[in-house]
Amino acid sequence: MQIRTTRTFLGAAAFILVSTGLGRAVSSSPGTDTPTAAERVQRGGYLVGAMGCHDCHTPWKPGPQGPEPDMSRALSGHPADFVVPAPPRPSDAWTWSGAATNTAFAGPWGVSFTANLTPDVETGLGRWTADTFIAALRTGRHEGKGRPILPPMPYKMIRTLTDEDLRSIFAYLQSLPPIRNRVPTPVDPEDQK
Amino acid sequence: MTCQRTTLACAALLLMAIHRQQPHLAASPGPAALPVQLADTGLFVSGTTDVVAAANRPFSPQYPLWTDGATKRRWVYIPQGATIDAGNPRRWEFPVGTRFWKEFSFAGRRVETRVLWKASESGWLAGSYVWNQDGSDAVLASDGITGAVEIIPGRQHNIPSGADCAACHGTTRAPLGFNPLQLSDDRDPNAIHGEPLTKEMMTVRTLVDEGVLTPATAIPQTPARISARDPQTRTILGYLSGNCGACHNGDGQISAQVPSFASADLMDDGDGIARRMMGQPTRWQAPGRTDGTMLIDPSSPDQSALLLRMRSRKPSSQMPPLGTVVQDQQAITAIGQWISEVVRQPGD
Repeated sequence: MQIRTTRTFLGAAAFILVSTGLGRAVSSSPGTDTPTAAERVQRGGYLVGAMGCHDCHTPWKPGPQGPEPDMSRALSGHPADFVVPAPPRPSDAWTWSGAATNTAFAGPWGVSFTANLTPDVETGLGRWTADTFIAALRTGRHEGKGRPILPPMPYKMIRTLTDEDLRSIFAYLQSLPPIRNRVPTPVDPEDQK
Repeated sequence: MTCQRTTLACAALLLMAIHRQQPHLAASPGPAALPVQLADTGLFVSGTTDVVAAANRPFSPQYPLWTDGATKRRWVYIPQGATIDAGNPRRWEFPVGTRFWKEFSFAGRRVETRVLWKASESGWLAGSYVWNQDGSDAVLASDGITGAVEIIPGRQHNIPSGADCAACHGTTRAPLGFNPLQLSDDRDPNAIHGEPLTKEMMTVRTLVDEGVLTPATAIPQTPARISARDPQTRTILGYLSGNCGACHNGDGQISAQVPSFASADLMDDGDGIARRMMGQPTRWQAPGRTDGTMLIDPSSPDQSALLLRMRSRKPSSQMPPLGTVVQDQQAITAIGQWISEVVRQPGD
């Protein structure tokens, strides 16, 4: 009888713990869920690589096997010294186009240029905070408050990440060497020549 | 039977322990999400859609935000006996249960009503309700609505999405436009788009008299007012506070190189902020230019970033960046005159 009573109690307690979610909180000691700075940088680097950030934010150059990212300018965005001419006129079949560096894109939204994600204070993310970075990706607006972030930036996919993953990405970006590169302001459709 | 009692007693003790560890859940009187119907937010007398409940008090910020000429009505509900912590004049802390409503009408028709509801200590619920054509019902538009109503030919009013709410109100969705300056009893008679203050509207004086603002030491002895040597500067800085200060407020969340237009900063040193606007470099590049543009360019005021961006209604350059699709011509004219007549005067 004693055994059955104990089992009944444990069963009831387990049910309560599971149904309230308290079990999850109790199972991990305080503080162990917060990664170290180094762990954040490592995970951020993994996410940046896996999610293809280099595809657009690192300028591409001709290589022996075809276009390849120029890692000497990793994640520094559209090169300011590459002044692109007017984009090709779109057709019904081809509605958007990309520059040779894969850092400038023309479409119904006008012309967009990929951002400098390195921590350069004047031209990159050097003045940003992690909260600003998260707000930008959650809202789809520059610094979480300004102009819309334009295609083809897949912020609607990226904003499904957790705050912790976004903090890790930001930590990794802030660990990069700063590259001074002032990316042009987007061109609105009516200003395209 | 004894065993069952023991089990139940243990379970009860366990539940009590859980309850003590999560007091905020028990204390939260608000919903987890905004209700689908505006009528269920408590704005109106039950069974009506146009009779505002007496507990919801009207107010009018003295420097209103431009929303393409919309007519606005605003109300606040503060739970009976609860108080606003005014200890930090930059950020009043509202009691759980506080609700704000802002109704937008164009051409005499209600289009949307935005709601902020402090449903728990952790933050505010935010959303907007879109009215049907005959004004008999308003439902939550969680994803916003693009092109809800035509304001002028070719320009549509957009109802903000949840992400848009965060762009202005931040991640906590805290209210704007309900602060010492906006509710001051020393109202600017020249405020651009200023609205009449009716006797039933709440002001700082009303809040003090009713014991809603605490602590008493935080209440200013004189009504809040922008520190400016001339009325024109006071009015322009007030406009910038109401229309730009939600983002350009020195809180470090954006990197723009623009002085703070937070009301508290303007009350401290409005003239100093006006001076710093002159010749202030920005990183924004005007179309066709590769260098930054000055906030106010003393040699060419018309090419100042301030005026260029206020005139623009293009996505990449317009200011404010959302919530408006028609330029505020009255403000553009007034700021242009202010630059010419006051800011650029010799000796400044």
